[in-house]
Amino acid sequence: MPDLAPPIDDRLLHLDADGAPALLAARERENGRLVFPAPGDADSERYESVLLPRKGRLWSWTVQRFRPKSPPYAGPQAFAPYAVGYVALGDAIIVEGRLTGAPLDGFAIDMKMRLVAEPFTLASGERRTTFAFAPIAEKAA
Amino acid sequence: VSGVYIVGAGIHPFGRTPERTGLQQGVFAVRQALGRAGLDWREIQFAYGGSDAAGKADTMVSELGLTGLPFINVANGCATGGSAMFGAYSTIKSGEFDLGIAVGFDKHPRGAFDPKPAEWGLPDWYGETGLMLTTQFFAMKIQRYMAMHGITNGTLAAVAEKAFANGVLADHAWRREPVDAETILSSTMVSDPLTKFMFCSPAEGAVALIFASEAKAKALGLPAVRLRAAAVRSRPPGSFEVFSPALDIDRGLSPTNIASRAAYEMAGVSPEDVDVAQLQDTESGAEIMHMAENGFCADGEQQAWIAEGRTRIDGTLPINTDGGCLACGEPIGASGLRQVYENYVQLTGQAGARQVPGDPRIGYSHVYGAPGVSAVAIVERA
Repeated sequence: MPDLAPPIDDRLLHLDADGAPALLAARERENGRLVFPAPGDADSERYESVLLPRKGRLWSWTVQRFRPKSPPYAGPQAFAPYAVGYVALGDAIIVEGRLTGAPLDGFAIDMKMRLVAEPFTLASGERRTTFAFAPIAEKAA
Repeated sequence: VSGVYIVGAGIHPFGRTPERTGLQQGVFAVRQALGRAGLDWREIQFAYGGSDAAGKADTMVSELGLTGLPFINVANGCATGGSAMFGAYSTIKSGEFDLGIAVGFDKHPRGAFDPKPAEWGLPDWYGETGLMLTTQFFAMKIQRYMAMHGITNGTLAAVAEKAFANGVLADHAWRREPVDAETILSSTMVSDPLTKFMFCSPAEGAVALIFASEAKAKALGLPAVRLRAAAVRSRPPGSFEVFSPALDIDRGLSPTNIASRAAYEMAGVSPEDVDVAQLQDTESGAEIMHMAENGFCADGEQQAWIAEGRTRIDGTLPINTDGGCLACGEPIGASGLRQVYENYVQLTGQAGARQVPGDPRIGYSHVYGAPGVSAVAIVERA
């Protein structure tokens, strides 16, 4: 298992033995609707816990070019722009996350994407793990 | 059931006024509305008012006069102004009172808004990792819309260019210098595809509107518009909103779609009947998408409409005739009422250099905000 820092939230990520991530979500028992992030009572009469598909297609994207205000942003003072997008995960749900694995101008709607674990450094210097989506390279696809 | 009329309107200039608090700007707007209408505060039977970030509206009575009137504070985020108007509309329509006021004001610090995740029912990681920004939402909504419906960057720039051109003509606007499309396109990229000049900024300002019953409006004999519809709607399933960590795979309507439909039905008019429209333009793309969401054109037709100048003051459907949020800035509690102020001024022929020609009869206004709320008002020249 690779050396991953603790998840930024206990209820966000499931990590396989080899460190491969999946997003934790909930399915409403009555109507089958998926809810992400999982609500606090994800295992209850109303919801069952589920893992979301790990692959999908880029639904939309942008680039965050200025440092967000802190709080709520918890990243370091030194700022580098990052890409953000929504990815349609299979036929399940469309999830927002950071985009990685390509230059900032390297994203396009409908690109094939996969979920990856993403290191995140807090302003204090402590390290955490969050998630991101990266393009699926041709060879790997 | 009484008809509802707007018989007076006042505005504190939008932008930045360091010497006045938001509340003082609200008082300014109320006094101006009363003064222009020749009315006294003691004649006002009720008030609805609010701000998002600048204090409690009902404390204005210490400035305006302790008449004992019912003054209801409205705190409904981006729809604060629209909700205050909805309250005034319903109160007159019910016959409870026949003369009242709605006031909205605000004063925000510089820079993007800094929301707290817990207040929006979201986990901290969403804000901590830099995903909780209104600018990202607007950028991603228009980015997808452009790809699906063939809207170009040049059209985004044309919307902002028009806004600044209209702002030059509006006394209450904040940005009163023209900016050309090339400058707009080459200004700092904020959130792709939107540049600095394509976004509105949080700002300050205040608006007050005086509402009257039909009988009272006739007795007063003031320039007036009839409020034919006021509809506020929250989000339906499958909509795409600010601060959404995830979206349903089955896409649905927007709160604007359903508020718009409700307002047309209430007013008994169709989009073709509208002579002037004020649409939420948090950024250039929002105006474009809201043209379709409010029923004025099909998705993608905006590209040709804007190239043909149809949304300019001299076009077939003038949109955001005072420069909208792009030129006036966004004081959350005041924006929705500014749009109605502008329609009142246009329909009563008082818009001066920015007057829409041809005696406009029907005015349409639409405000949208987080977490997925839209308010639409339709007014008709009385």
